[in-house]
Amino acid sequence: MKRLVRVLGVLGTVLLAAAAWAGSGISDGVIRIGVLNDMSGTYSDLAGPGSVVAAKMAVEDFGGKVLGKPIEILSADHLNKPDVAANKAREWYDKDKVDAIVDLPTSSCALAVLEVAKQKNKITIVSTGASTRITNKNCSPTNVHWTYDTYALAVGTAKAIVAEGGDTWFFLTADYAFGHSLEKDTAEVVKASGGKVVGAVRHPFPSADFSSFLMQAQASKAKIIGLANAGADTTNAIKQAREFGITPNQTLAGLLVFLTDVHSLGLETAQGMQLTTGFYWDYNDETRAWSKRFNERHGRMPTMVQAGVYSSLMHYFKAVEKAGTDEATAVMKAMKAIPVNDMFAKNGWIRDDGRMVHDMYLVQVKSPSESKGEWDYYKVLRVIPGDEAFMPLEKSTCPLVKK
Amino acid sequence: MSEVFGIPIQAFLGQLLIGLINGSFYAILSLGLAVIFGLLNIINFTHGAQYMMGAFVAWMGLKYLGINYWAALLLSPLVVGLTGVVIERLCLRRLYQLDHLYGLLLTFGLALVVEGLFRQGYGISGLSYPVPKLLQGGENLGFMYLPIYRAWVVVASLVVCFGTWYVIERTKLGAYLRAGTENPRLLQAFGINVPVMVTLTYGFGVALAAFAGVLAAPIYQVNPVMGSNLVIVVFAVVVIGGMGSIFGSIVTGLGLGVVEGLTKVFYPEASAVVVFVIMALVLLVRPAGLFGREA
Repeated sequence: MKRLVRVLGVLGTVLLAAAAWAGSGISDGVIRIGVLNDMSGTYSDLAGPGSVVAAKMAVEDFGGKVLGKPIEILSADHLNKPDVAANKAREWYDKDKVDAIVDLPTSSCALAVLEVAKQKNKITIVSTGASTRITNKNCSPTNVHWTYDTYALAVGTAKAIVAEGGDTWFFLTADYAFGHSLEKDTAEVVKASGGKVVGAVRHPFPSADFSSFLMQAQASKAKIIGLANAGADTTNAIKQAREFGITPNQTLAGLLVFLTDVHSLGLETAQGMQLTTGFYWDYNDETRAWSKRFNERHGRMPTMVQAGVYSSLMHYFKAVEKAGTDEATAVMKAMKAIPVNDMFAKNGWIRDDGRMVHDMYLVQVKSPSESKGEWDYYKVLRVIPGDEAFMPLEKSTCPLVKK
Repeated sequence: MSEVFGIPIQAFLGQLLIGLINGSFYAILSLGLAVIFGLLNIINFTHGAQYMMGAFVAWMGLKYLGINYWAALLLSPLVVGLTGVVIERLCLRRLYQLDHLYGLLLTFGLALVVEGLFRQGYGISGLSYPVPKLLQGGENLGFMYLPIYRAWVVVASLVVCFGTWYVIERTKLGAYLRAGTENPRLLQAFGINVPVMVTLTYGFGVALAAFAGVLAAPIYQVNPVMGSNLVIVVFAVVVIGGMGSIFGSIVTGLGLGVVEGLTKVFYPEASAVVVFVIMALVLLVRPAGLFGREA
């Protein structure tokens, strides 16, 4: 009996506290944002410290305060390890009173943090993580998937290439979850567009030498070699394909290529390649103005995911202001109610499964003679409207979607 | 068309050649490790970082000073070899009396520091180093297209490997080195300055790693972690060949390159593991390695 009273007592206190918290605007007087990503490994150039720069720019551009309360940015390295990511997320939410965690590269890490945030009813905004699982099987009511996903990459690049006559494909696939998912999504698009997949080879992650795999791709006589990998694997494969005279006889399709990858390869090697991106710095006056400021601070032009971090935080701050609180459910409701209109996206909107729908761009890497200077790398071939770029909501397996 | 294990003989020949090319990198790196272990009894875990430094110094030379590939092929091993000399004088020298483990920990720690510094300065996505003009293009051999640069890599590393083997096994200088391995105190009594010899040997082993780095620069992206994945495989090569065996490390390096190359055709998923499976098998049957002498 005594025990029951005690349990009820504790329960009552917790409920009271929770109620008080939910009603009182900003918890603990500060809005805290955690940028959790890979600060030292494979993805540290394309996201890493640059994402923190983007987050700080968002805070400044918003005036440093929401509802009169200061905004703070924390950052940490998750080493691309899901357990490290989940532990850091727990620590941030519980001990440091972080309100939202953003960026989250490496799908496995993003999924782990999503679970933690779901339990604690806290916000996550994924910018760099790519897997479509984030808005399907593993979707969360307090998460938004901001910049892109493997489906959008596949649709953008594969559809365009098949339409131009590149109808036979061979895949070079990184042998882990991300590579498999990218290969599967792309193969489906290729087949649906009337193309044929003639083969695939799964290479260990990471690999340095691709000559053996490339010769298998060459022997397949496929018109298109799809690179279902990322980072150094992609750049090494592209470089060696050129060395072995595979390009330009066969065409490479980089399925996940970032601006920093093209920068590191150089235009001589990367020219002519088509790829899909959620943002390009040199698209219009707004993107140029923002990217120029970013470049002044970071010394590099922003990748799509770094721009995504900025855009997602601006939107988050607006939503907190509208909701009048930092309580996750209320903020998420506001995030879904306001359209996204900034330098990153026009008329973007957030669906029930957490997908932020916005236009994507099919681009082609310029040749050295077309490029007018450093970072002048892409020609935008086509703007892919959001509805076409992302997986239709009726196909989503997310339990939150009402059918 | 005739076939080998279900693949056309032409493709098979191509893959053999590719294996040999990658094997020549293994050979030259494991040779450096074997030389260092033979004389210093140090398991040089900085080897991967020194290979990376070789590539970076070549890149920096081109970018900042306009030094071309051929000059870099000489200069870069020299510069990186000198850093090796400094490391030996300042740090390694103090560890010879201690267990192998201390040398391993020190060199491993150094590798992490060096990689961290380069990552801080140059980021992770890598830098491009162009193939020198003379070696651009390729030759169609009928069964495969062979880039001239890759052919050069095989020739250059074979020359360096067998040159090193010849010096150590067939010359007077080599005899001193081998004597130093067996009994340094006796050699000293004959008037040879053994500590200087040890320093220079370490510098030479490091220079070999840097040489491999320069060879690799035009093929792979020059990247701060390019050595850390490779060094583990190279250690397995050394273990399979027999620690400290010069000839063993060369032959095993080439052989394992071929085995790995063929695995990439028949079962690509296992190509990262096959070297270690072989290592485990060799250790079970011949713990001293294929070419090692039983202790």
